[in-house]
Amino acid sequence: MSQMERKNLLFYIDAVSFAALDISLYLDSHPEDEEALHYFRHYSQAKQQALHEYALRFGPLTLDSVSANCGDFWKWAKQPWPWEMEDC
Amino acid sequence: MFNYEKRLQYPVRIHRTDAKMAKAIITQFGGPDGETGASLRYLSQRFAMPYREVMGILTDIGTEELNHIEMICTIVHQLTRNLTVEQIKEQGFADYYVDHTTGLWPQASSGVPFSAATFQSTGDPITDLMEDLAADGAGIRTTKTLCQTVCRPRSPLRTPPQKHLTWRCSQCFFGNLTSG
Repeated sequence: MSQMERKNLLFYIDAVSFAALDISLYLDSHPEDEEALHYFRHYSQAKQQALHEYALRFGPLTLDSVSANCGDFWKWAKQPWPWEMEDC
Repeated sequence: MFNYEKRLQYPVRIHRTDAKMAKAIITQFGGPDGETGASLRYLSQRFAMPYREVMGILTDIGTEELNHIEMICTIVHQLTRNLTVEQIKEQGFADYYVDHTTGLWPQASSGVPFSAATFQSTGDPITDLMEDLAADGAGIRTTKTLCQTVCRPRSPLRTPPQKHLTWRCSQCFFGNLTSG
């Protein structure tokens, strides 16, 4: 599990998450826009899959994805937090 | 309820410390037009909102402002990490340091603590939405003045220029932060 692969997957999660979040704000005021619904479904699904993969390979980014890679210690608290610069 | 995702909405990685810059930027955490006020404004107003779509928008943008608080705090934290007392004095950070060292505390650049008096929640939808529009304008103004104050050509906060409908700084990170 190279550091580069981890960074690339995190970058991908950041990108698809932003797409899903941005369209969700639009959907709040346009709840019947089919094109937007399709767009949301696509990026939301991509995000869920990527979160699952990230948890399996590197450790959980959400508590909901912990079970996929619980291991023998609590990675959620032991791995770096987003404001740290450990990987630089 | 809220769930936490262990990542920033937009990644922050600052290698060059700068306490002077941190002291300007901290106003986006606890200042009169900062992200804490923005988040609490929307998350407070949503309860009395008579329309579900607007409850939804206020919930979602109030939550998004929490992401912005976290990015701002990360910026301030990384700008002030591992500083010597000499550097702190030189960079005009001594007055903050005596009270908080390099801990994060919600205040304006001027040192005034965060106050709920910077926003309103009236229970009247039109009044609240007008206040939200004003707050959005004030947020963009703060972004502009922050750029005038701290933006520099080789800033660690620099990102590529982006096209967008609202005003953005093409020079630095703050170009990406428009209020919800």
